[in-house]
Amino acid sequence: MSHLAIAPILIPLCAGILLLLFRYLPIQLRRGFALAVTLVQLLVASLLLIKVSDGTILSYALGNWSAPFGIVLVVDRLAAWMLLVTTLLAPFPLLHACRGTDTQGQHFHVLYQLQLMGLSGAFLTGDLFNLFVFFEVLLLASYGLILHGGGRRRTESSLHYVVLNLAGSSLFLIAVGTLYGLYGTLNMADLALKMATTPAENLGPARAAALLLFGVFALKAALVPLYLWLPRAYAHTSAPVAALFAIMTKVGAYSLLRTSTLMFGAQAGGLSWLYIPWLLPLALATLLLGLLGALAARDLREQAAYLVVASVGTLLTAFALPGSDALAAGLYYLPHSTFAAAALFLLAEAISQARGTQGDRFEPGSAMPGAAWLGGLFFALTNSCCSRRRWITPCGPGFGLLSWAAACWPSLPWPAPAACSSSAPSPMWIRT
Amino acid sequence: MEALLSLAIGVLTACGIYLALRGRTFPVVLGLTLLSYAVNLFLFAMGRLAIGQPPVIGSGLPGYTDPLPQALVLTAIVISFAMTAFVIMLALKARAELGNDHVDGEHSR
Repeated sequence: MSHLAIAPILIPLCAGILLLLFRYLPIQLRRGFALAVTLVQLLVASLLLIKVSDGTILSYALGNWSAPFGIVLVVDRLAAWMLLVTTLLAPFPLLHACRGTDTQGQHFHVLYQLQLMGLSGAFLTGDLFNLFVFFEVLLLASYGLILHGGGRRRTESSLHYVVLNLAGSSLFLIAVGTLYGLYGTLNMADLALKMATTPAENLGPARAAALLLFGVFALKAALVPLYLWLPRAYAHTSAPVAALFAIMTKVGAYSLLRTSTLMFGAQAGGLSWLYIPWLLPLALATLLLGLLGALAARDLREQAAYLVVASVGTLLTAFALPGSDALAAGLYYLPHSTFAAAALFLLAEAISQARGTQGDRFEPGSAMPGAAWLGGLFFALTNSCCSRRRWITPCGPGFGLLSWAAACWPSLPWPAPAACSSSAPSPMWIRT
Repeated sequence: MEALLSLAIGVLTACGIYLALRGRTFPVVLGLTLLSYAVNLFLFAMGRLAIGQPPVIGSGLPGYTDPLPQALVLTAIVISFAMTAFVIMLALKARAELGNDHVDGEHSR
């Protein structure tokens, strides 16, 4: 049994503890160590992806307790892919934070490593209760990070974020408890096996538990109508934290995908495809409302936050469409939208600093220094640009694939125009 | 006993939801705490209720009670305890920085 599977969890945990112990060392040393550790995680994630790229599934039994009784970590291509996206993203907000954000409060690097540990754990775990535990790890670290630096607006928006997520955790536990009461196991693969033969009298509670899980993951993924916490929380926090949080909504999307295909997939008998009738309309509504929110935004960071909401809508539309084409398109779109959203948050900070007192609000001002560079970056990010106007659109190669996959399913004709229309350049611009 | 336990869980949940929907931070924190108590009791009951049974399997024992929900509850208690401590500190911070204890940071007229 290879111990590589647990390394993505152990490395950030040990790094976080070490950073906490040596918090009196000079800041340059701690910055260098944190950066080095994120690069090591990137290496480990790449190794894991190479190892499972031929379709093998690595399963790591903690404490060598065999599968349905002990806790397992499972590395398949999806988990390794998500891990690689996370670790590819992680060094860049950290580099940005090393320009000074990390000294505005305490323990930035410790919380950052623990956040990475929670993210890796949530992607790797094969156990429903452990998914809850890792959700809590990443949430607790995110509470510290979102408040980092302090400030009135930050406190106000993060209070909503914390309270909503606490309520979500309670719902998660109720769902987990019900599933355990019905099936006597929490191992996701074992649950999937036992769900196939659910007796008729247990179908009601099982459906209720499954849809409670759906609600919890929808809250994490910021699906309509549970997205209201996201724009304020992301717009008011510091830029590196918002950039890292670009992956946080994807954890919810990943959990939805994992449970809807593994546990409530084709083989689940009376519970099969339980999420799909809810997921598709809600995802399309999220896409629409996210884009409308981006149009109505008053500053650049709020706009970037609404684009995160819109990208979640796109991603979940892909996950809700039948067939593997749409799924592949969604998984191709996922890193693209994550990196673009993260870069938009970092860029919004740079523009806000360059514009001085106007910040990132959408009001005309004098020409800012370095407009060509920042505009060029926007061009690279958004794939469309015209002179004096910076077009912002969440489109990209993923959209084309998704529209194609939607068009391939004539039984579902209506998502195709929705997906296509959203990939048109959104008429929003900032004047610099 | 089943009726008593389900009644306790129901009352705790109802009170928790009512308090969590209030406008001030302290009732909200209390509501979330009550909700987590209800969840803990619920998790505990999911291993079925057995009185006076050991949580291990052994020959010569009349039966056993499921030890796994007890472990789950222990984890859930620790996590909800930490979260409550955090949200209380956050509520105090919000009270100090925003000047009032409304969850939206201001009282609507």
